[in-house]
Amino acid sequence: MSGASGLYVVIGLPLIVALLFFALAWFDRRFGIETGPGFFQRNGLVIGLYLVLSVGFWAFFIIVLPQLAMVDMSFRPKLPPAQMGGPRDLYTLENYRYFLFGSTTSTENWNWLHIKAFFLTIFVSIAITILNFAICYPLAFHMAQSSTTARLRVLLLLLIIPYWVNEILRAFAFRVLLSTSGIVNQALLGSGLVAEPVDFLGADVGLYMGLSYAYLLMMIFPLFNAIESLDKNQIEAARDLGAPWWHIHAYVVMPHAKPGIASGCTLVFMLCAGALAAPLVLGGPRTLWFTPIVYDRFYQAFNWPQGAAYAFILLVTCVMFVLLMLKAFKLSLGEITR
Amino acid sequence: MAAAVELEGVNVTFGDFVAVRDANLVIEPGEFFSFLGPSGCGKTTLLRTISGFIEPTHGTVRIGGQDMKGIGPNKRPTALIFQNLALFPMMTVAENIGYGLRVRGVPRHERDEKVKNLLIQVALSEHGHKRVSELSGGQKQRVAIARALAVEPSVLLLDEPLSALDLKLRQHMRAELRAIQKRVGITFIYITHDQGEALTMSDRIAVMNAGVIEQVGDGRAVYAEPRTPFVASFVGENNSIRGRVTEVSDGMATMDTSLGILRGRNPIGIAPGDEALLFVRPEAMQLHANGSTVGFEGEALDVSYEGSVTHVTLRVRTGQKMMATVHAGAGVALPVAGENLHVGFQPGDGLLLHRPASA
Amino acid sequence: MKAGLAHRLIFAVYIAIFFIYLLGPLAVMGVSAFNTPQYPQVWPFEAFTLEWFGLLFADADMMYGLRTSLWIGVLVVAISVPIGLAGAIIMTQITARLRSTYYLIVVSPVLTPGIIIGISTVVFWRQFTTVTGTRFLYDGIFLTVLGQASYISAYCMLIILARLQRFDRAQEEAALDLGATYPQVFRHILLPFLKPALFSSAILAFLASFENYNTTTFSILADKTLTTVLAGRVRQGSTPAISALAVIIVAATLVGALAYEIWKRRSDKTAKERSRIARAAEEAELAGEAQPLPA
Repeated sequence: MSGASGLYVVIGLPLIVALLFFALAWFDRRFGIETGPGFFQRNGLVIGLYLVLSVGFWAFFIIVLPQLAMVDMSFRPKLPPAQMGGPRDLYTLENYRYFLFGSTTSTENWNWLHIKAFFLTIFVSIAITILNFAICYPLAFHMAQSSTTARLRVLLLLLIIPYWVNEILRAFAFRVLLSTSGIVNQALLGSGLVAEPVDFLGADVGLYMGLSYAYLLMMIFPLFNAIESLDKNQIEAARDLGAPWWHIHAYVVMPHAKPGIASGCTLVFMLCAGALAAPLVLGGPRTLWFTPIVYDRFYQAFNWPQGAAYAFILLVTCVMFVLLMLKAFKLSLGEITR
Repeated sequence: MAAAVELEGVNVTFGDFVAVRDANLVIEPGEFFSFLGPSGCGKTTLLRTISGFIEPTHGTVRIGGQDMKGIGPNKRPTALIFQNLALFPMMTVAENIGYGLRVRGVPRHERDEKVKNLLIQVALSEHGHKRVSELSGGQKQRVAIARALAVEPSVLLLDEPLSALDLKLRQHMRAELRAIQKRVGITFIYITHDQGEALTMSDRIAVMNAGVIEQVGDGRAVYAEPRTPFVASFVGENNSIRGRVTEVSDGMATMDTSLGILRGRNPIGIAPGDEALLFVRPEAMQLHANGSTVGFEGEALDVSYEGSVTHVTLRVRTGQKMMATVHAGAGVALPVAGENLHVGFQPGDGLLLHRPASA
Repeated sequence: MKAGLAHRLIFAVYIAIFFIYLLGPLAVMGVSAFNTPQYPQVWPFEAFTLEWFGLLFADADMMYGLRTSLWIGVLVVAISVPIGLAGAIIMTQITARLRSTYYLIVVSPVLTPGIIIGISTVVFWRQFTTVTGTRFLYDGIFLTVLGQASYISAYCMLIILARLQRFDRAQEEAALDLGATYPQVFRHILLPFLKPALFSSAILAFLASFENYNTTTFSILADKTLTTVLAGRVRQGSTPAISALAVIIVAATLVGALAYEIWKRRSDKTAKERSRIARAAEEAELAGEAQPLPA
C-alpha cells in the first residue's frame, strides 16, 4: 500500500471518529433522558464555539494526529524527501525488523545491542520504581497522617525545590558528587575504605542512582495525596484492635492508597524508561539505555522512520505498563491521574 | 388586569417520572401565594418551570398574560430567591444588589442610587461595602431579597428561603417578608413544607402532593374545609375514621363505623352506601362527652402537658390511635394516663371526605 | 506506627537521611559554584569566587536559550490555560457515556514519554505543512509550544477541574435569573470563581514548560532553549558555570516560595477577620437585636 495515502488515513480516521462522537451525542439528546438546555443554548454561541474549537484543536491537532502520524511513519521506508510519497514509498515492516535483527532485510542475526538495551531499560526502570516506592512511602505516610500543617508546608517546600531545578541539573549534581574526583570518592579514599577511586559512573551505578533521585517527587506526591484521604480513625481503630504496624500498612493503608501507588509507579516507570537527560549526563559510551538509542536513530543515523518505529515500541511498552498497573490494582484510568 | 401567573395544563416529566401532573392555576397580581407540600411533591419543579429553568413537557405558562414558551430565565419578568441564597461571594453586598442592574446596562450613578435605596429598605445601609462572608444568616436573606427586588420583577419566587434559619429568626423573618411584600406590592410565590409558615404568611395556598395540586384556597379554606384526605391530614393534625355512609340530609351525613354511629358534615355530597373518611381535628375532640356530641370510648395512652395546650393520645376499641388537644383554662380537668374516657365531638366539627382506594 | 521511642528515633534518622539524599547533591553543586577550580569541586574549598556567575551571563548561547525559553513559556501559558479551561468545562457538560473516552484522550499526553510527544509533533507537522503549503509554520518555537501544550494543557485542565467541581451552580442560575446573558455569566461569575485555579495552573504551566527537555530537544529543530543549550554544555564538559545556574534557579524558587507563603498568611488573616465579623452579627441577631425594617 502506498505511503502517500498515509496522511489521508491519519487525518481521515480521527475525523470519522469525531463525527461518530457528535452523532452519538445528538442521539443521546434526542432519545435519552437528558433535559435542560442544549450545549450551545447553555453556553451561548461565542463561548460554545470557543469550547468546541479549543478542545477540538487540542484533541486532534496536538494529541491524536501527531501520534498517528508517528505510527504511520514507523511503517515507511527511509527515503530522501524528494522520493517521499512517490512510488518507492510503500508500507513496510523493515524498521521493526531492524530493531529485532539489526538489518532491514535479513533475519539471521539478532540485534543484541538494541534488544539488550531495551530489556535492561525496562528491568532497571521497574527496579527503580520499586526502590522509589520503598524510599518514599514512609515519608508520604508521615506527611499525610502525622504532620502538623505548618510542618507540612515546610516539608512540601523542601520537596519541591529540587524539582524545579530541571532534570539535567539534577543529573549533573550527581555527576559532580560521584565523579572520580568528586566528594564521595574523596571521602571513601580519605577514610581508607577503598584504595582507588570507585568508578560509579562507568559502572552505571551513578546513572541508576541519578534516575531514582530524579523522580522521587513523582512518587511522593501521588502517595501523599492518596494516603491523606484516609480517615485517621481507621488506623486508630485497627491499632485499638491490636493489629501490628506492618499489618495496618498492608491491609488498611495500602489498599486505600492504591490509586496513589499505581499513579506514582506509572509516572516513575514512564519517566525512567523515557529518560534522556540522565543517561546523557551520567552515562558513558558503554551505557545501555533505550531512549538515547531512539534519540540517536534521529540525530546520528538520520533515519526518521526507524526512530519513529523505536519510539512506537517505547510507547507500546509504556501503555502496556499502564494497563498492567490498572489491571493489577483493579483501578480505572480516572482514578490514577491526580 | 391580566393574572400575574397562569398555569394551563402544565405537565413536567423527566423520562418516566412525572414531576408535575396537569397543573392548572391562576395567581392574581399582588398576592402572597404559597405552594405547600412534602419533599418531592413537585413544588420546586413548578417554581423552576415558572422561572424558566425548565420547559414544561406539555401545557402553557403565562406571566402577565404573556406566553412564556421558549423564553429563558434571563428574559422573564421573574426573580428567584434560591434556597441557599446563591449570593455572589466575589462581590460586595452593594455589588450583589446592583448586579441585575449592571447586566442591564444601567449607568453607574443611577445604579448606585437605586442600590442605596434598597439597602435602606432592607435596613442594611451600613453594610454595603461588606463581603458576603461577613454577614449573618438574616442579613444574607435581606441581601438576597434586595438583589431580587432591584430588577423590579412582576413576580418574586421564593424557594424555602427560611429553612436554613433557626426558629426565632425564622419567625422574625416571616413577619419581615410579609411586610416587604405588602409594601412593594409585588406578587410573591412562596414554596415551603412548613404549613405553619404557609398559613400565617399567605393570601392563598396550593397544597401539592406527588405532582398534583390537590387544593387551592386561603388558609381557612385549606384548614377548615379540606377537599381531599391528603390536605386534611397534611395541613395541621387530624384524626380520620373509616366508615360507610348510611344516610344523608341537609349537608350532614350519618356514618356507620367500627366505633359506632357517627355524624359529620358532608359538603362534597358523598352518597349513601359509599365508603368515606370522617375527619375530626384534635382541638374539636371533647374528652368528657355530653348529650350533644357523638362519641365513642377511648383510653388515654399518653398525656403531654405543654403549658398552653395538653396533647392527649387516645387508643380506641379498634386499636387505632387518635389525638386530642385540650386547652388550658380554669376548671379544665386534665386526664391521666390510663384513664378511660368517653370522647366525643360536635357533628359540625366532623368532615366527611371520599376514601381513596388505598386508605 | 507505634509511638515507641525506638521507632521514633529510627524514623527521625530516616527523614534526616532522606532529605540529605534529596538536597545534598544540590548543596554540593551549590558550593561548587562559588569555588575557584575549573572543574566543579566542593572539597577542598580553595577560594570564594563569583567568576562562574559572570561566565554564565557572558555565555551568549545560554542567554539566547534563556530568552527563548522564557518566550516559549509565555506562549505555552497563553495556550494551555485557555485549552485547559475549555477542557474542564466540557468535562462537566459531556454526557456520561462519552466522558471516559474523552478523558482518556485528553489525559493520555500526561502518561506519554516526552520524547514521543516531541517526535510525533515534528513528524506530523512536517508532513502537514508540506501538504498544505504552510511551511512557515514548521518552526522550532511553534512546534515546541504545541508539543509542550499537549500535556501541560492536561495539567491545567486537572487543576481547573478540581476547582470547577466545587462551583455552586445556583450562582450561575441566580445570575441568569437576574437577567445576565451567558457570556456575562461566564465573565462575571465563573471566571472570578476559577481565578485561583487559573492562576496556579498558569504558574505550573510556565515552570513545566521552562524546565522541559525531552520534548523540546526534538521539537525545537534548529533553535535553542535554555535546557538544550545546557545539555550541550554538560556533554562537552563541566564547568562550575553550570552549578551557578543551579544556584540561581534554586534561589529564584526560594524567593517565589517565600512570596507565596507571605501572601497565603495575609489572605488567611483576612478570611479569619471576615468570619469573625459574621459570627458577631449572628450572635447579635440571635439576641434579638435584629434591626426592624423602616416603616
